[in-house]
Amino acid sequence: MSVEKKSFLPELTKGIFRENPTFVQVLGMCPPLAITNSVLNGIVMGIATTFVLVMSSLMISALRKLIPGQVRISTYVVVIATFVTVADFTLQALLPAAHHEMAAFISLIVVNCIILGRAEAFASKNPILLSIADAIGMGVGFTLALVLIGSVREVLGNGTYLGFPVFGPSFEPWVVMILPPGGFLVLGVLLLGLAKLAEVRSRAAARAGEEGSR
Amino acid sequence: MSADAGSPRSEVLRLVATLTIAGLFSGLSIVIAYRTTLPRIQANQRAALERAVFEVLPGTTRLERYSWDGSKLGAEATGQGSLQESIFAGFNADGALVGFAVPGAGAGFADTIKLIYGLDPSAERVLGMKVLESRETPGLGDKIYKDAKFVAEFLDLTLEPVIELIKGHGEKTNQVDAITGATISSRAVVKILNQTNAIWRPRIVALGAQPLGSEAGAPVTLPPDLQRGGPVPGGLSGEKP
Repeated sequence: MSVEKKSFLPELTKGIFRENPTFVQVLGMCPPLAITNSVLNGIVMGIATTFVLVMSSLMISALRKLIPGQVRISTYVVVIATFVTVADFTLQALLPAAHHEMAAFISLIVVNCIILGRAEAFASKNPILLSIADAIGMGVGFTLALVLIGSVREVLGNGTYLGFPVFGPSFEPWVVMILPPGGFLVLGVLLLGLAKLAEVRSRAAARAGEEGSR
Repeated sequence: MSADAGSPRSEVLRLVATLTIAGLFSGLSIVIAYRTTLPRIQANQRAALERAVFEVLPGTTRLERYSWDGSKLGAEATGQGSLQESIFAGFNADGALVGFAVPGAGAGFADTIKLIYGLDPSAERVLGMKVLESRETPGLGDKIYKDAKFVAEFLDLTLEPVIELIKGHGEKTNQVDAITGATISSRAVVKILNQTNAIWRPRIVALGAQPLGSEAGAPVTLPPDLQRGGPVPGGLSGEKP
């Protein structure tokens, strides 16, 4: 791929599947382990992270020619921390219950390496529109990953989905799933499954390529 | 970027200027966000506190706040006193005293547990208990507020001589059944109640015949330590700006 010919749509979709920040890049693993004990937490954390990602990518891309290279990382961190604080206050005002559940982890979005990673690897080198597409894609990919892990953990560990019971009253929750070990277990199994899927698909593609060249 | 690099000195100035400007804009945005959300956040916290008080004092329609000034219990007008030094008196629709809502706090399994509980006017029975803030283990320790059975243990609980935590089914009216798998959290709640009672029961009893429910009572105001960003000892959120 040539550097010049980047277009909006591929930059938008790559973060969702091909370069999913959680399952492919395995970046920013703190929230996927820590707050995914319910689906709602996953959604709220995903939206908050996406907001920070999009806003900081926008700012950094717009200012990329003005920020001296020597202090770029410190400047990025200041920008990111500002948006995280804004997100923190907004959540506290709008969704106090969800904020209460993950208080410390909202502040910790600052150190989520997806955000600094996208700033350094993409937004600092690309025009605004592409950077926004990249940020939205990565944010959506991250949110989907959180919801996926949260779904497995909440259903098995609590017998509910988004708070609604899915099994009868006789269901005995598999409590370990909503405890920290459950996070590692679910994440590991999902990573394994997705890696296997990617391997099968690339092998099939290689075979198809061989047959085509014959 | 650094193509126009003049003297090393002007280069350094440029770096300093960039970070200064970034810091200034950052500070400005945070102040704007803080000012915009503050009324809403305080309203949320006040609503949460009032809901909790109404919950632990069933039938309450009106609240007044009382503080301990070191020698007696009096109406708190300023709302500046610490939450740990004030209680709320709840009155029903007829103006009769339902009881007192007493806030308490103490170490749980993870971080401090803050709770509030209702005492009847003679301070002999607990009427209800609600956890306001805790970071107990999800699925186990958080049953201190998620498990309806455990919460129900605090409806009509006698205090003589103290509240006891037992495993299994307690026969006596001052006994609370511990949650299986969350004994430490259950014990913490009972301990907080007993410690807080040791402080507040004599004060409420001393209030005795002093008339309550007059205009002397102060309107409910949010105590400072329930306001935004109160430091949580030992918690990660203590690092927040």
